[in-house]
Amino acid sequence: MEILANLINGMSLGSVYAIIALGYTMVYGIAKMLNFAHGDVIMVGAYICFCSVSYLGLPVIAGVLLSIVGCTVLGIVVERLAYKPLRDAPSLNVLITAIGVSYFLQNAALLIMGSDPKSFSSIVSLPALNLFDGRLTISATAVLTILACAVIMVALVMFTTKTKMGKAMRACSEDRDAAQLMGINVNSTISMVFAIGSGLAAIAGVLMCAAYPTLMPTTGSMPGIKAFTAAVLGGIGSIPGAALGGVLLGIIEIFARAYIGTQLADAVVFAVLIVMLLIRPAGLLGKPVNEKV
Amino acid sequence: MGIKILNPQTRSTVITYAIVVAAFIAVTVLDGLGFISNSLSGQLVPICAYVCLAVSLNLVVGVSGELSLGHAGFMSVGAFTGVVVAGMLARAGVESELALFALSAAVGAVAAGVIGFLVGIPVMRLRGDYLAIVTLAFGEIIKNLLNNFYVGVDDAGLHFSMTDSSSLGMTQGTILINGPKGAVGIDKISTFVLGIVLVLITVAVVLNLMHSRDGRAIMAVRDNRIAAESVGINVTKYRLMAFTVASALAGAAGVLYAMNYSTITPSQFDFNQSILILVYVVLGGMGNIWGSIVSAAFLTVLPELLRPINDYRMLLYAVVLILVMVVPHLKVYRRVADALRSRLAHRGPAAATEGGEADE
Amino acid sequence: MSKFSDFAKARREGTKMVPVPSVSIMPERDLGRAPALECLHLGIDFGGLKAVDDFNITVGRTEICGLIGPNGAGKTTVFNLLTKVYQPTRGTIMVDGQDTAGMSPARVNQMGVARTFQNIRLFGSLTVEENVAVGLHNQRHCGMATSILRLPHHWKSERWYHERALELLDIFDMTGLAAHEAGSLPYGAQRRLEIVRALATNPRLLLLDEPAAGMNPSETAELMENIVKIRDTFGIAIMLIEHDMNLVMNICEGICVLNFGKIIAKGTPEEIQCNDAVIEAYLGTRKEAEA
Repeated sequence: MEILANLINGMSLGSVYAIIALGYTMVYGIAKMLNFAHGDVIMVGAYICFCSVSYLGLPVIAGVLLSIVGCTVLGIVVERLAYKPLRDAPSLNVLITAIGVSYFLQNAALLIMGSDPKSFSSIVSLPALNLFDGRLTISATAVLTILACAVIMVALVMFTTKTKMGKAMRACSEDRDAAQLMGINVNSTISMVFAIGSGLAAIAGVLMCAAYPTLMPTTGSMPGIKAFTAAVLGGIGSIPGAALGGVLLGIIEIFARAYIGTQLADAVVFAVLIVMLLIRPAGLLGKPVNEKV
Repeated sequence: MGIKILNPQTRSTVITYAIVVAAFIAVTVLDGLGFISNSLSGQLVPICAYVCLAVSLNLVVGVSGELSLGHAGFMSVGAFTGVVVAGMLARAGVESELALFALSAAVGAVAAGVIGFLVGIPVMRLRGDYLAIVTLAFGEIIKNLLNNFYVGVDDAGLHFSMTDSSSLGMTQGTILINGPKGAVGIDKISTFVLGIVLVLITVAVVLNLMHSRDGRAIMAVRDNRIAAESVGINVTKYRLMAFTVASALAGAAGVLYAMNYSTITPSQFDFNQSILILVYVVLGGMGNIWGSIVSAAFLTVLPELLRPINDYRMLLYAVVLILVMVVPHLKVYRRVADALRSRLAHRGPAAATEGGEADE
Repeated sequence: MSKFSDFAKARREGTKMVPVPSVSIMPERDLGRAPALECLHLGIDFGGLKAVDDFNITVGRTEICGLIGPNGAGKTTVFNLLTKVYQPTRGTIMVDGQDTAGMSPARVNQMGVARTFQNIRLFGSLTVEENVAVGLHNQRHCGMATSILRLPHHWKSERWYHERALELLDIFDMTGLAAHEAGSLPYGAQRRLEIVRALATNPRLLLLDEPAAGMNPSETAELMENIVKIRDTFGIAIMLIEHDMNLVMNICEGICVLNFGKIIAKGTPEEIQCNDAVIEAYLGTRKEAEA
């Protein structure tokens, strides 16, 4: 029973990672940049939701929608101001800019919201599920998170394979110049990807803070790195890969915490990543790229 | 200007050493005149440490062309090894601070170099962003392991444990590393002079390596891996060489850093620390050693200079970082820069051909 | 044609070709010594596609051998197999009588195979001299510690690298460019520098991938002379891929024609010029032409 409970907790945490990783992987696929500020968008999303529920007294659904809209706008603005001028710059410059954006968001949040942790309970007020005569309790948040992740992943796969915009995105990530020659507006496509990624980050932020109810300006950075790890584990650029990587990472983390120790859980997670990459250098579902000679 | 006769390589070498020596003289003179504030003089040793870290990371990122996000991990290996060595030596009755520091730094460098080599073996099989994420992972693993690491010393010698301090089984003696609480009661033996000496050593190692047979091979692998292989260069060997040397130098810098404080904790050497060092390298320029020195020193001092606007300083730091990266790529900036450049070019020798403003 | 190609042609016409017992031909003068290169049933598959199949060739110790064929025939893939950029799916590669199975590209170079690339691959941020010095890397040793401590041996080695690099650059009259950044050289000079860099590794077999691509006729003529000069002064075998038939027919002693990954003809330039299969591969069948 304990194993089952851990498994469900792991899947729930993993689903949060997966949702963040989906954003990471899409942005990487199209813009070929490691968006280190992605984790901080999660934090912003959670703060927006927190403020609108606690201070403005809006219903939870409205708070969630508001945070999605807010993060989407934030994503587009950041892309336009900070990343777009660097389209042709070396990738390391873009990386440093992303780090700058990350510092900016964290410190802005620190100034506005203060450093004291905000408690983020009572977002999901559904009753927990009791199975096997109460021997296994599954919180409603966990169920909701797993469902949300599954729905988002399926929706994204449909979107990228079936719609015109989605196909444009895939074309841009394969070859940006060729896509441009085929009449695809690369700039608006990239903006769209940032919008989707940031919107997903907002959802992840709300779900994460519903499960682990402490909210601080630095809340997003570690999940951001873990989600990045998950995206690489699944094969960066691949949507099902990000989902798979995220869920696996969550399960590994929860099991490591339960059976090896809280202190070493992160070390185990990263060790698994390293071993995986050595066996499959392109990630679980990634395609190896061969350099043409 | 006699310096113009020199070839570019020698010129940049001369500039690099000159910057370090000039900085040393300037600080010493200003300190003698009482112009250096307390808070700034407290920053002198960390500045030296960060300069060493930036120069050594430049060997990996700029010279060898591999993005490493775990440099702070090697710094911490050096720092904690150095603390243990210093603790042992102090107990064994070594009194000379110079000997204490030199031995700790040397052992710290070797330890970090060994760890760097071991980490490098798997890491160097990967490329690009995958390599970056694995170095990040190793940095975090090192931090996590150190969080669970307990070392004590007594008359019987060293004691290690991975569970807690009581399981060290010591009745007397001192605990040198106490898990998440880190190392406490460190002898603060780092000085600015030692820092400058370490900077000079680091710069010499990196520059001498760059301008040698092995350095050429490292840069050849960076420029074109397949071509390097085709002329018989063992690619893995040279990537590993750069990574190991850089790790060792980071270890020595870690010792310098640690010996400046009475307490250090493993969580200080996290991912953000690695990123901070990377920022120095990118701002200073890839493979540009004196650029790393200047940017590391400047960016370490910057938050101090911004202290009057305390609340906003980190926000401003972030804005500066973004602007420095973005502005040179803005169309407006480029147009202005081009115009200025052509204006200046026209001024000089051919003032007669005025009206040369119509560029394009 | 210019005097250069006449010179080359005269040299070639002095060669008598004889059949070699195994699968190929080689110059008579190279008989009795192990061939520089021998491939037996070499092949590689990409997915289900046989990119190269049953490739057999023998290249004599001092032969200049041409590898020609229409675009996409698999010529560069053969070079990539010979230098182990790709590991072959089947077959054997013998360099100087030794099997190279399982070797890394670097090891194969140390065995004596050097190459140039169709899409130029120089060390762009290094100077011309440094590019050659990297080629000389395995010709003289100097340890890391020696270099870092700047011991006398380091300075002695550096002087050796410098002098040797200039000697090699002199073959193509490039000593004046020694201090230039390789990436900023004009196209033709970059191609020549690649050849010098390959020569610096002291090869037994030099593989040139379209050395004359992008060169004008007078540059090509000069290149032809230089290729023959290199073979004569260094006494090495040269295998080249080239679309310039004038160059191929004038300096190559043996020619091998590839189409769809398979050898369709082998022989002397005269034999190749009137080989029906070759004409068909390049121009299509008579029927197609009439249609």
